[in-house]
Amino acid sequence: MSDSNPEDGSGVDGTVGEPVEADLPEDVETPEVVEPEADDSEIEEAAKSVPRGLPLRVQNLHKEFGGITAVDGASFSVEEGSLTGLIGPNGAGKSTTFNCIAGVHNPTSGHVYFRGEDITDLPPHRVADRGLVRTFQIARELPEMTVLENMMLAPRGQTGEGLAHAVAPGLRSGVVAEEEELRERAWETLEFFEIDHLAGEFAGSLSGGQRKLLEMARVLMTDPEMVLLDEPLAGVNPTLERKLLDRIHDLREDGLTFLLVEHDMDVIMNNCEHIIVMHQGRVLAEGDAEAIRSNDRVIDAYLGENI
Amino acid sequence: MSDDGSDRSPSESSTDSGAPTDGAPGTESADRMDRARGALDGLRDRTATFDALLILGAMIGLYGLFAIIGTVLGYPLNGVVALVREVTFFTAVYALVVLALNLHWGYAGLFNIGVAGFMAVGAYAFGILAGAPTGSPPGLGLPIAVAVPGAMLAAALVGLVAALPALRLKADYLAIVTIAIAEIIRLALASRVLKPVTGGGGGFGNFPKNPVRGIFYAGSGTDRTAVGAAVLDAAEGVGVTNPEVVIDLAYTLLVVGIVALTYVLLVRIGNSPFGRVLKAIREDELVAESLGKDTRVFKIKAFMVGCALMGLAGIAWQVYGLGGGNVNPTNNFLPQLTFYIFIALIIGGAGSNTGSVLGGAMFAGLLFLLPNYVPRVVEQFVTITARPNTFIDAVAPLASLEVMPFLGYALGNIDQLRFVFVGALLVYLVQRRPEGLLGHRKETASTIDLSERGRPGDRRGTERGRPAADGGAGAGGGEPDE
Repeated sequence: MSDSNPEDGSGVDGTVGEPVEADLPEDVETPEVVEPEADDSEIEEAAKSVPRGLPLRVQNLHKEFGGITAVDGASFSVEEGSLTGLIGPNGAGKSTTFNCIAGVHNPTSGHVYFRGEDITDLPPHRVADRGLVRTFQIARELPEMTVLENMMLAPRGQTGEGLAHAVAPGLRSGVVAEEEELRERAWETLEFFEIDHLAGEFAGSLSGGQRKLLEMARVLMTDPEMVLLDEPLAGVNPTLERKLLDRIHDLREDGLTFLLVEHDMDVIMNNCEHIIVMHQGRVLAEGDAEAIRSNDRVIDAYLGENI
Repeated sequence: MSDDGSDRSPSESSTDSGAPTDGAPGTESADRMDRARGALDGLRDRTATFDALLILGAMIGLYGLFAIIGTVLGYPLNGVVALVREVTFFTAVYALVVLALNLHWGYAGLFNIGVAGFMAVGAYAFGILAGAPTGSPPGLGLPIAVAVPGAMLAAALVGLVAALPALRLKADYLAIVTIAIAEIIRLALASRVLKPVTGGGGGFGNFPKNPVRGIFYAGSGTDRTAVGAAVLDAAEGVGVTNPEVVIDLAYTLLVVGIVALTYVLLVRIGNSPFGRVLKAIREDELVAESLGKDTRVFKIKAFMVGCALMGLAGIAWQVYGLGGGNVNPTNNFLPQLTFYIFIALIIGGAGSNTGSVLGGAMFAGLLFLLPNYVPRVVEQFVTITARPNTFIDAVAPLASLEVMPFLGYALGNIDQLRFVFVGALLVYLVQRRPEGLLGHRKETASTIDLSERGRPGDRRGTERGRPAADGGAGAGGGEPDE
């Protein structure tokens, strides 16, 4: 990071806050931001007219496990209302970065900012409490709870989570009213994901795909500001994959921001308007699908070459 | 929303006839809410009634069994009533502790194997707070109404001390810490150093007399109070001539009342967003955290409430329930008490409050009390001719098809053999029926019935909700509803 020649960062997309290329002293053709094709023009228009914020900023993130450096100075930002993809070959540090953002790991150094606030060392529940909510790579439903219970668990700041409100007769009536509203939202959300027919089932009896849907639905119940998706499409059949992606696009159009971690190149290329490629713990390249596709270093990284 | 309503209320109430001005606009929606809630309560009530019948049925079964035992043994009415009371009492105290443990283990997945220790804290703290200052060891002489909550608080605080370091770590560490703390408590209470406070190994005997006795007898004498005279005379009228049986029965009813209140409390805790988070912690703590729940706070709260109830059980059971007026670390609070309670919870089914009560009843009646009576009942029908002293002497004659020595041995050593049987039962339950007597129940953790969509007029919702409510378990086929 000591080498911070601004020239190196000149080619990077101007809307991204961090000069990520500063990590790489040798200028190997920085990814050009190619003018978006027809399908993305709307998004680009919106970005031009209303300067969009950067709710999530990761700054010079390092994470070491013992002697192994999993993340080695990663810096990137996620735009408000975008579907940003974080991709990289196995061992690139995606999951570690993801866990550092979500608060599961404390980074060795560096910072994570969410809406301007330093959330680097916050525990997972405080990160989630701020509206930055994650999903899990292997769907983690709560098996001995029904689908609806799973849904009702999620909303943040429920008054009934206080022991006094749960028990005291006077206070409990307020909780009942709140629960009735949440129940309605839970049903609507289940309908949105087309799993409402499973509402009364134990979550443990759901199929793998249904669990993925439940996990997404549950995250939505928290009324998040931004969602971190950890390989939501891993092990999902093509039909369900389409369904999940459709839902993600629907939600993004409603203004929700997503950071999608995936190692399937195609999924990211076809769906994300902004892509961050990690390799060996660093950000290798950033840009839209075209820029990434034509980036030699990305190609090298995916072919297993060292650079 | 209510603000909007009160703005409009003057104009509306002028046309409305008798409705009070400020309540008028809200009333309609409140009415609708009430009606909706009424419908939901109906559904709820059905399962509540079922649970009540289940517990009632179990108790009737136990009463029947013990009435037969009493009759076979030729007990007088006094004796039969005392027997029924004994069953009721042990059912109640087991239910109380099992309910508390269910909050820990069944709901939050907190593996507390130091139950006896928290009961001991409750009993001793109660004694120290309420004991007479002139007695030995001296107490503080506080009224019972202060001492009981104080003792519960003490148990909760000891629970907090145990939980704070352990809850940071993974679940297994809590088990190690709790069993260690229970043993530390037991040995500390018995130690000579603390003898001036706890009575040491001889136990603590300076408890105020059972408050229920005060209803029947004035002062410390044998003068009956007005209530006492009336009740005892009535009891004598129906043939229960022993006043001690009546007093014990009255105390047992008090404990049953405490259990009922505890049950209501725990059902409320369980059926709330708080209980939902506890269940989520049990299922997968990281998920609860990633949804913004501060799981440590929930775990600590649940742990403290459970410990307080265990402390209460220590008083109701060990101090006043066993009739000795003395608690002793080596008699009353051994680790095996904890394991009895765990077995009762496993029998009933961890995670269910109704199951906890049922498990307490089954354990107390069939495993704890019944073996005491089995030898005498059997001897009413079979004349035991051989009572060998060793297992070999008991088993060897089986080869020549002589059953009597084995039977005699078994009946003579039933107290010890009970442990073998309980152990075998535990293995069987964990293998074959880990979900307990009640099976896999859906006790949804919410204040309302989730399967019912609340908004009146939402026909689609209610249509969809109903089948799930009635036969949710069988709906796995995922019938298309649209």
